[in-house]
Amino acid sequence: MRMRTLLAGSVLVGLAASFAAPALAEDSVYIQLPTYRTGPYAGSGIHIANGMSDYLAMINERDGGVNGVKIAFDECETGYDTQKGVECYEQAKAKNTLVFNPWSTGITLQVIPKSSVDKIPVLSMAYGLSAAADGNTFPWVFNPPDTYWDGLSAIIKYIGDQEGGMEGLKGKKIGYIFLDAGYGREPIPLLDNLAQKYGFEVLQYPVPGKEMQNQSSQWLSIRRDRPDYVVMWGWGAMNPTAVKEAVKNRFDMSKFIGVWWAGGDEDARAGGAGAKGYKSVSFNNVGADYPALQDIKKLVVDAGKSHTPANTVGENLYNRGVVNAVYMVEAIRIAQEMTGKKVINAEDMRVGLENLKIDEARLEAIGLKGMIAPIEITCANHSGHHSLFIQEWDGEKWTPATDWFSPMTEEVTPILMQASKDYATSNAPWPTREDACPAN
Amino acid sequence: MFYREAGQYKTSYAADQQIFPIRQDRIGIAVILVIALLLPLAASEFMLSAIAIPFLVLALATIGLNILTGYAGQLSLGTGAFMGVGAYSCYKLVTIFPEVNVIVHILLSGTFAAAAGVVFGLPSLRIKGLYLAVTTLAAQFFLEWCFIRIPWLYNYNSSGAIEVPGREVFGTLITGPAASGTARYYVVLAIVVVMTLLIKNLIRGRVGRQWMMIRDMDIAAELMGVRPLIAKLSAFAVSSYVCGVAGAMFVFFYLGASEPAVFSITLSFQVLFMAIIGGLGSLVGSFFGAAFIWILPILLRVGLPALGVDVAAETVFQVAQMVIGALIIFFLIVEPHGLARLWAIGKEKLRVWPFPYA
Repeated sequence: MRMRTLLAGSVLVGLAASFAAPALAEDSVYIQLPTYRTGPYAGSGIHIANGMSDYLAMINERDGGVNGVKIAFDECETGYDTQKGVECYEQAKAKNTLVFNPWSTGITLQVIPKSSVDKIPVLSMAYGLSAAADGNTFPWVFNPPDTYWDGLSAIIKYIGDQEGGMEGLKGKKIGYIFLDAGYGREPIPLLDNLAQKYGFEVLQYPVPGKEMQNQSSQWLSIRRDRPDYVVMWGWGAMNPTAVKEAVKNRFDMSKFIGVWWAGGDEDARAGGAGAKGYKSVSFNNVGADYPALQDIKKLVVDAGKSHTPANTVGENLYNRGVVNAVYMVEAIRIAQEMTGKKVINAEDMRVGLENLKIDEARLEAIGLKGMIAPIEITCANHSGHHSLFIQEWDGEKWTPATDWFSPMTEEVTPILMQASKDYATSNAPWPTREDACPAN
Repeated sequence: MFYREAGQYKTSYAADQQIFPIRQDRIGIAVILVIALLLPLAASEFMLSAIAIPFLVLALATIGLNILTGYAGQLSLGTGAFMGVGAYSCYKLVTIFPEVNVIVHILLSGTFAAAAGVVFGLPSLRIKGLYLAVTTLAAQFFLEWCFIRIPWLYNYNSSGAIEVPGREVFGTLITGPAASGTARYYVVLAIVVVMTLLIKNLIRGRVGRQWMMIRDMDIAAELMGVRPLIAKLSAFAVSSYVCGVAGAMFVFFYLGASEPAVFSITLSFQVLFMAIIGGLGSLVGSFFGAAFIWILPILLRVGLPALGVDVAAETVFQVAQMVIGALIIFFLIVEPHGLARLWAIGKEKLRVWPFPYA
């Protein structure tokens, strides 16, 4: 009898110790990274996931975290599936994540209403709901540096430049090939507005999600319609297929322009030599020569602490994953400064994101000067309409084709505000912002 | 020894015809119900929102498919689309008539799914088996196309998704982001229990027997006076109704917002696998199947890292998929009629335990 009590006692003590152990560990904050390394979108998702986790791991290795606070992070596999996304979100909530990065428009739409209730900021970097840029209506959602509408307006602006000014667009035919889902459909209202304003014609070529890898009918129509330019809104397996089809149909690649999510290295590489000249709008440069990326290589990838193949460091989507992690780390740093706390919580993180400001000097300090443009998020504007540039595939890698230029903010803002108002009314009673943005 | 009906005499027709004629079964069901009612006291928000609610909803969808495929013998691949019809019509109803109780809307939305089911069930009067599966596949693709291409269905949202507004019932918020897991769980539990009970009685009665006659041999059934038109279409209607209600609940109590992609063929297959693993033509099997396909992967994904097995998220995901695949094959080899049949065999064995005579 005594023996049994003793045994039970020691087991209990052991259990208690194993539960208590994490509490004794050093200061840390937790971030869950919902990623997808499986499924039809894994081709794009793997690089993003690698970039995010490698940068966070590097910060932990090199600096011992942010101001001494380690970032504990793990991945949750969503497979780009909204059912799994909800599950990951519930897990993240239970483990007190600082911020949730859905990496899928569908999952973003699901978590937007929950974010203000659960007080978890949603960082949907250049995807998700464009209207969420309105910080007055969506205090918990952030989509820097640009919305889809900014991206589209930048592409149209670029096409205008190629045609010798916006008046050159008159009478032109612009094809729009898109993933037939919320993601691909969102830019259409703005595209129609711009078509009316500048007098060009829009031809739509929807690609259903389950036929992403078979676009022959869409490209046959494109061959028949002979649009002057084709703009693409694709993701995952849709992109390499489209590039391949464009090459096969001898479409002039220099007039084929994708959104930033259609700008993966593997997307363009799929077209072989013929893909030379393919363009995509972007908000981050490629290459691994930046000091921060060198640190990742040295401390994480070459040290065997990551699954990333060394040659993919510096690719477009990898760098974009790094940018997403940079935003999070900088927001943590700013939140620490503003609240005076070392270990911040999700509500502090929201404040950090809302005051996120990365200027040239800070970029230099981070070690990413030149890779991204400086960004600033304000209380009222959670996206910022930042400058973009067009990059071109030279057959081997992406090279910048233009300088940084700003999107057509004056076109985007009105429909963005309208959309955010519509969202709030159709989801009434939509919670109002607790602390109003200062009017300016 | 414990599970024996010796000494339980039925002295009235009502007692003889009750759903659970064996007292031990009644006690078991009562215990399960009490556990289900007390679950929110013990369970975390994650367990309620990510495991219990979707499990109950998918179990109901599986029951819906089971009516059609398991009881009436009409193979269907359109479950996802019929669930979608329920979800979208519920969304439209809630936005058009915001003042009406949302539970009424959820129950009503099933009728739209039933109508769609009847229309796409018409070919079943002429064709059978795999050929019918192809026409239900057409329903799947056509309806999914509608969810994407008819902007009226999602109120011309720029995002193309339907979002669930917050609605109160008796002063408690039960839908929308601010609704607590507990409130949503109780509503889902109530609807699922009541509907299961209704379906059980329907299947035991005249209508259900007609379905089973059609399933076992349609010509013989017709000769005995069963009208195939009524029997088959009623199976389609009831099945789609249940699926529609499940679809509405899936969005309103679980997902919170949904894109058309949610109701893709993947969902149809998911529910079909639940029905097959659980056992075609069995209500308890529907719950087993839903638990197997929904809960087991989550337990594997959450459980493996918790046990200290430190592996990457995608590895856990893939291992869970492989384990599930292997288990499906294992169970189907051991018992082709699904988990429900294993359960029935277990009960038979238990009856003669500890003195088996064979």
